[in-house]
Amino acid sequence: MSYKHLLRIENLHKSFGSNEVLKGISFNLDRGETKVIVGPSGTGKSTILNHINMLVPPDEGHIYLEDIDVTTTADIHKVRQEIGFVFQDFGLFNHLTAKGNVMVGLIRVKKMDKKEAEELAMFELKRVGLTEFANSYPAQLSGGQKQRVGIARALAMQPKLILFDEPTSALDPELTGEVLTVMRNLADDGMTMLIVTHEMGFARTVADEMIFMEFGEIVEQGSPDKLFNDPVEKRTKEFLFKLTELYGEVDL
Amino acid sequence: MRDIIEIFLKNYHLFFNGLLVTIFLTVVSSFMGTILGIFLSLGKIYGNKYISGIISPFIGLIQGTPLLVQLFVIYYGLPPYGFRLGAITAALISFVINSGAYQAEYLRGSIQSVSSGQLKAALSIGMSKWQGIFHIILPQALRRVIPAWTNEFIYLLKYTSLAYIITAPELMGEAKIIASRNYLYFKTYLIVAFIYLIVVIFFTNIFNSIERKYAIPGFEFKR
Repeated sequence: MSYKHLLRIENLHKSFGSNEVLKGISFNLDRGETKVIVGPSGTGKSTILNHINMLVPPDEGHIYLEDIDVTTTADIHKVRQEIGFVFQDFGLFNHLTAKGNVMVGLIRVKKMDKKEAEELAMFELKRVGLTEFANSYPAQLSGGQKQRVGIARALAMQPKLILFDEPTSALDPELTGEVLTVMRNLADDGMTMLIVTHEMGFARTVADEMIFMEFGEIVEQGSPDKLFNDPVEKRTKEFLFKLTELYGEVDL
Repeated sequence: MRDIIEIFLKNYHLFFNGLLVTIFLTVVSSFMGTILGIFLSLGKIYGNKYISGIISPFIGLIQGTPLLVQLFVIYYGLPPYGFRLGAITAALISFVINSGAYQAEYLRGSIQSVSSGQLKAALSIGMSKWQGIFHIILPQALRRVIPAWTNEFIYLLKYTSLAYIITAPELMGEAKIIASRNYLYFKTYLIVAFIYLIVVIFFTNIFNSIERKYAIPGFEFKR
């Protein structure tokens, strides 16, 4: 079977109690594409990411990674190896060093031998500029360094795409730049990424396409240029410029 | 003072034998209690409703009744049903069950203090739930539970003295025999108290060095 898109999302619905968070979300992600989802808080952006690797199952709808229906697959653990996840609060394993964090999945999940795993871990840590912090524990790292370890950990599993759930929201403003630079390099290397963020400067310069969501629905999607300069919906324009004012343009 | 030294020198082999039994009871029950405690706490937190539905009341029963009663039930209560146990075996079984229940509750608290984001992160790199529990959650929870388990060990060491009531020849039991021969109760039991104190200090130091050995940044134990 041939499949045009790397990821197809069809008609996702999700409610938490009486609160309907997602009201029928559909979009696609192509190989090598960087797509940014923006929108007000509580609008269901993170929920979509949590559905894609089934950390939280949707009530309705389907998600296809190539030809595999993620929502019904018998081996979700295998699928999750192919989908990297970078958390807002880093989610680093606190009892392991930076290198240990990157290695543990390679050894326990991919069953790599220790030496091979260590080499790959050091390669990925170098990629995010943390070679000299390989033996530091999370408690010894800054927020920006922790998040870069989180990215290295996701990269090491050699996923087909990486999901970023507000990767810089827990960081001090002066630390966001180092994380965004790493992400920008990944985009340049052709990594497929789906990113929830409020960093408009980053979205504007790195995203191939942006999705603007509000109240559990996609309001508008298109190139950053189109959404910023010539949006169809008035509320798209209002939101994007409000955020740009709040967060500023990050100089990359 | 001279009396005390005399009593000790005259009976040192009895004190020594008693001490060996006390340490044997404590170390073996504590070790097996640890294994039992890990299974009980994992079953209570991660087991299905039937497993946790059995474990919770079991732990409640053990924590809610005196150790001495548990000891009597096993030593005096089981023989009519065909389980005739020696004093030391009966004591061991009671202590393992009792210590296991307490250790399970300490570990449960420690597991639940590890953030739920840790398991989520483990799942996100393709681990199964049980891989996440064994490779990510437990190594953190066990580090945090060491101080509580140290206390539990020390309690158990002292509680093994109850075993003398069911005639187990541990330190307290031997002391009672010695005192009933020489009638010097105060001085004999003073020696026993002192021996317990020395042993408690000895094991406390061992556990402290284990804590230090496994301490890593972010998991230091503040005193």
